Amino acid sequence: MDLNYSPDELAFRDEVRGWLQSNLPDELRAKVEGYQELSKADLLRWHKILAKKGWVAPDWPKEWGGTDWNLVQRYIWEEECGFAATPPLIPFGLRMCAPVLLQFGTDAQKKKFLPRIFQGEDFWCQGYSEPGSGSDLASLKTRAVRQGDGHYIVTGQKIWTTLAQHADWIFCLVRTDGTGKRQDGISFLLIDMKTPGISVRPIVLMDGSKEVNEVFFDEVKVPAENLVHEEGKGWTVAKYLLGYERMGTGRIGASKRELTKLKELAGEQMKDGRPLMEDPRFRDRLTRVEVELMALEITNLRFLDQMRRSGKPPGADVSMLKIKGTEIQQAITELMMQAAGPLAQAFRPVDAMDFDHFTARLAPRYCNLRKATIYAGSNEIQRNIIAKATLGL
Amino acid sequence: MNFDLSEEQQLLADSLKRYLANEYSIDTRAKIVNSPTGWSETVWAAFAEMGLLGVPFAEEHGGFGGTAVDVMLVMEALGEGLVVEPYWVNVGLGGRLIARGGSVAQQKRILPELIQGKHRLAFAHTESGARYDLGHVGTRAKRSGGGFTLNGEKRAVLHGGSADTLIVSARTSGGDTDAAGISLFLVDRGAKGVTLKEYRTIDELRAADVWLTDVVVPADALLGQEGRALPLIEDAADYATALLCAEAVGAIRYANEATLEYLKTRRQFGVPIGSFQALQHRMVDMVISYEQARSMACLACVKVDSASPAERTRAVSAAKIKVADACRHVSQEAVQLHGGMGMTEELKISHTFRRLTMIGQLFGDAEHHLERFAASDGEGG
Repeated sequence: MDLNYSPDELAFRDEVRGWLQSNLPDELRAKVEGYQELSKADLLRWHKILAKKGWVAPDWPKEWGGTDWNLVQRYIWEEECGFAATPPLIPFGLRMCAPVLLQFGTDAQKKKFLPRIFQGEDFWCQGYSEPGSGSDLASLKTRAVRQGDGHYIVTGQKIWTTLAQHADWIFCLVRTDGTGKRQDGISFLLIDMKTPGISVRPIVLMDGSKEVNEVFFDEVKVPAENLVHEEGKGWTVAKYLLGYERMGTGRIGASKRELTKLKELAGEQMKDGRPLMEDPRFRDRLTRVEVELMALEITNLRFLDQMRRSGKPPGADVSMLKIKGTEIQQAITELMMQAAGPLAQAFRPVDAMDFDHFTARLAPRYCNLRKATIYAGSNEIQRNIIAKATLGL
Repeated sequence: MNFDLSEEQQLLADSLKRYLANEYSIDTRAKIVNSPTGWSETVWAAFAEMGLLGVPFAEEHGGFGGTAVDVMLVMEALGEGLVVEPYWVNVGLGGRLIARGGSVAQQKRILPELIQGKHRLAFAHTESGARYDLGHVGTRAKRSGGGFTLNGEKRAVLHGGSADTLIVSARTSGGDTDAAGISLFLVDRGAKGVTLKEYRTIDELRAADVWLTDVVVPADALLGQEGRALPLIEDAADYATALLCAEAVGAIRYANEATLEYLKTRRQFGVPIGSFQALQHRMVDMVISYEQARSMACLACVKVDSASPAERTRAVSAAKIKVADACRHVSQEAVQLHGGMGMTEELKISHTFRRLTMIGQLFGDAEHHLERFAASDGEGG
């Protein structure tokens, strides 16, 4: 047993770390480290830097621009990005629509969409959840009715659609058949956001952010060539994507960076004349989070090692990484806010006086990150998956 | 990075598991626990036969020269089987002290016999009021004649009654809590002036309180350098704690397997109780605790062999924090999910509960190690 990276793996880590140091623009890193909002231009700027380098879609097949990195290299890359404070790559095109097209798409669909996703020319969003269909996704009601002229007419509503305000395209699960088993009546459609009949309404979250939306479809005309896989096979596509989506790691690199920041903050904040870091009650809470993170890193590597040896795709064990990874992220936001104490009340300047923007971002960040245990399959759904798939309950 | 086990490691663990499955049922264990000595010479001889007692020791003494990861696999299996024989105390603690601190003559005299199962050790260190402070030693050793005279009182000496030799910490200089001035001595359990009061522990091991009254030992009873034993004790304590984490992992694995089986077979309201989501989610959290604890036990076992003292301390404390939390979480949940049956003497789960509870605080509970971890920040990180 050897917990250290091999010389090859270390060389790879040093290579990507070095590249990130010279190529991640300072303004972007400062924004990410400071929990500031990233504009569409910020997101695309980073996307295009990576596309130019050829590192924007490591897990794609090489012929479409993938890097041919192995599992450990991909893990190292993810964690180094998190540690370096890069902006996120928005997953809807690169990691959701693309794998679906690669698996189920026609040649024409692949040729039309994949290069544009790679280059960041199309901004995608995901149309899954509906007001009445959250965790119980198969109950979705947005209807797509096939017309004689080679079109679908789509009517309905999606909700919690992340960054729909920026999107050029949306991939949607829609109901093409209301009879029979409900999973069998679902299809997977690609819809141009500029099509008449689509409207987007932002949902303002409690931290003031506008990242999720409602998307309304009012008799939207969609060419039948935008159907992916067969009509009525959308659920198969969705399940495939779910497995793919969960391949994400426990966000260990980002949490490590934030933990360091938290220690700095708690070293500056004073309590009874001494740094808060030396307060045993605060310190114990921080240490428990740090230890969970140390354990999660090794757990993550153990799972990777299993995958590497068995050659099998990730199982339900990956749900564990999501549960623990998000719990740790949330715990850090909570401790950050607590470290700032009464100063954490500040939110937004109302005049031109100097304003401590970092401290003022901590409580909003705490509020915002409550989403982490809810999105991408709530942590309760992840527990259901483990109970069923791993434990056989 | 790789988590592969070598063929030898796998074979050793498998043969031990097979032995325990065939020869160490919960009924057999109950007979051993209720016997006058509380441990089985037959089992001990079998361990020696399998080579388990020599895993980490040098080949020149008859051992395998193995790493802590090799011993880790043995400890996991012993934890799963809930073995009461004094393996950990002998191999992890006493044997480590001799192997790291003993003179060539001492090693030659003790280690081969220990490995053959003919000589047993115990570590007489803890004293009233010391809690987990390894440097708190009030027992005194004074030079007299050519040797030393020892006086003092030791508490909760695990497996003291089964030991041929007690490794006794005693102060040759300084005050009760000074880091310097602590020495180790090899003391025959039957030596004049040594009194043992043996008792059962809640987790069905044996321990003893030990009184040393004008115990005279020769000069060559001194283990390691006079007055400088604390680093040696700290090394052995960290080594033993890492192994204890591995034992906990084995016991937690058993608790989880038994609980999962119970959820699938116990029926209420006409269905297996494992169909209830309230119980499913708790079971999943037990599994997550197990995986996280196992990761930290691996880390601790890797680091006790290879790291600097500072890095070693940090890794072991981090592991003990996680493992102690997991011990409490899983043991409590395992009993709860078993319902009334979990409370009974009859089921292995209640015995596992007791062992996990005690492991949680042996050589320091989570709070102790939280403090030690915080103190280590910036070192070896």
